[in-house]
Amino acid sequence: MIEFRKEYFADERDDTLNEIGKPTQRQDMLGHVTGRSPFFDDHLFDGLLHLKCLRSPHHHARIRSVDTSEAERMPGVRRIIRARDVPHNLNTLLSLMGFGLDDEPMLADKKVAYVGEPVVAVVAESERQAYDAVAKIRVDYDVLPHVLDVEEALKPGAPSVNPTYPANTFTYHEKYDHQKLRFGDVEAALRQADHVVEGRYQMSPIEQAPTETCGAIAAPETNNRYVVYTSTQALFFSLGTAAKILKLSSNRMHFIGGTVGGGFGGKVDSIHEPMAILGCMLTGRPVKFIWNREEEMQVGAPRGAERWYITDGVMNDGRIVARKFTGYFDSGAYTRLSSYAIIKSVGHLPGPYTIPNVSADVYCVFTNRTPATAMRGFGITGVDFAIETHMDKVAHRVKMNPIELRLKNAYLDGDMKAHRRLAKNTALVECCQVVAEKAKWSIGPEYRAMSSLKGGGGERAAIPHTIIDNRGLARPASGLGSYQPPPAPGYTPTPAYTPPSYSPEPLPVRPYEPAQAAPPPAAPSPTTPRPAGNRFSSISGLRRR
Amino acid sequence: MTRKPLQFQLNGSGKAIFVEEGQNLLEALRRGVGDLSPKYGCGQGTCGTCTVLIDGEPHLSCLTLAETVENRAIETTAGLAMGPQLHPLQQAFMDGFAAQCGYCTPGMLMAAKALLDRNPSPTREEVVEAISGNICRCTGYEPIIAAILAAAASGGGRRYA
Repeated sequence: MIEFRKEYFADERDDTLNEIGKPTQRQDMLGHVTGRSPFFDDHLFDGLLHLKCLRSPHHHARIRSVDTSEAERMPGVRRIIRARDVPHNLNTLLSLMGFGLDDEPMLADKKVAYVGEPVVAVVAESERQAYDAVAKIRVDYDVLPHVLDVEEALKPGAPSVNPTYPANTFTYHEKYDHQKLRFGDVEAALRQADHVVEGRYQMSPIEQAPTETCGAIAAPETNNRYVVYTSTQALFFSLGTAAKILKLSSNRMHFIGGTVGGGFGGKVDSIHEPMAILGCMLTGRPVKFIWNREEEMQVGAPRGAERWYITDGVMNDGRIVARKFTGYFDSGAYTRLSSYAIIKSVGHLPGPYTIPNVSADVYCVFTNRTPATAMRGFGITGVDFAIETHMDKVAHRVKMNPIELRLKNAYLDGDMKAHRRLAKNTALVECCQVVAEKAKWSIGPEYRAMSSLKGGGGERAAIPHTIIDNRGLARPASGLGSYQPPPAPGYTPTPAYTPPSYSPEPLPVRPYEPAQAAPPPAAPSPTTPRPAGNRFSSISGLRRR
Repeated sequence: MTRKPLQFQLNGSGKAIFVEEGQNLLEALRRGVGDLSPKYGCGQGTCGTCTVLIDGEPHLSCLTLAETVENRAIETTAGLAMGPQLHPLQQAFMDGFAAQCGYCTPGMLMAAKALLDRNPSPTREEVVEAISGNICRCTGYEPIIAAILAAAASGGGRRYA
């Protein structure tokens, strides 16, 4: 049973709510227990064709030639789809929001950059016939050196993974090779700290592993439209992506979804819908494209691995006065959503603590691994693991109760966060108090008496004098690709892709204003009651005030 | 490709279909008959999502050759309810929030039914053992175990055994 602690934040709680706190039956439960919930594959079509892909066996290779002649003669084969058949064969998912450059083909053309990258698709009468035909496709690869480690990928001479970003890093704000955060003067504070505590933290990639593998069925509909049953978690995102890749007006596609057999972020990549529709366009028949379990595990985009270096400056009494991050997100071969994960992540730093000096340099790194994408709090959970593990390390160093250390440094309502938004609706203090109580972990009376509503703001609301530097200004603002890492010995650079012809409206970029130039916002009184509404605000950085 | 005629009972009614050589029971049920309640999860016998009962015993339909069920009785989730009356297991799953995405649910229900049919009052350990071949990725196993025990306590096994 859920325990509701109504004494917390009682002044901002509206207890006339009709649903919150009361058990409510899910509307889809009857369908689930009777086996009638309509998952995408629970739609039968006469004459359904099956689409399967030939995938790269190499981490990194140039495609010299593709021979499909034998596959075309295999029984049941209705169509072979090549890169040239894809109307707009270069995309990046967040281009729909004007964020990032097109960097990923739907079917590889000139080279492959990870094991499992699709090269050719076969549409056949049965799954078995499609697999049999895939096995007859001959691809002549010229194997290239590959890089699988984020820091190796940033070294001079590392193989260039992604032709759109030849230096192996996503470009932020059109000029930085990483996402930066500067708040106060970390280096000076580290020099003055009683202790400097360093840590290195490495997360693994994690496959979402939904029980229903990703897929879509596209079928001809009336009025020259296509009906698409899909497992997508993001129906209109997938619709927009399909419209762009297929150069097809979105009103010619009828997407039906919403019944998802487990997603966890892994069903936003919109890979199956455009491919199934393309198969349908080219054959005039219903086409299903579903990953088998092996594909789901091998090429399904996981939560990206992250590597974090944290350096804390700590006083003897446990106050953390400086925190410095260097982070590397393994985006795999293409961007997908890792660029956005980092914006979320940097907006989250330094965790739920008020630390007067914070800096971060976080890199979205391309490696020859499976592209990473969304998964349950991606961008936050990884660095939280690093931060909280580091907090324990700090507590050990200063010989402090780890919960008291968190309480001492906890953010409070009205505090300025490192990304220059005032903290509001904070509750770390109360969470720590409940954790200590539940775990029967003793904390001192002064910590038991703390409240998120008391003691914040004032000096803690000020934006400190901030040292700004140009580190990471790897490229001129005028364009990309001017920086080319020197080639590794024996490595022949691959020819770049043709620049993308699709130009989404760029997001208006607000000119950067140095923090010290802006007047610090007025410190709120710690006793000011919190507004009941507007509990959440965007931390994505994509929406501007 | 050779096609063979195949007759079997599905949830109490006789079915006659043609199956391709080597076709698995999961595809035969879904595409051949149109019973979409068993789901494809892995095709390798590791996830349990496709579990159906053959003569009362749980089987992975993705690893069962369709032609081997000639004249046998198959039960699937689509046949669990008696008309509008839900099976006690279905009711317990509903009441206990024992399904989130719902994709593993048909397999869980059939594994649980096989258990209750032969053991109307299982222990928690026996329930855990019975669904140990079924993977759930979002609901969590605890509500499922609790629902199966609740169904047993409500007489679910006895009434339908």
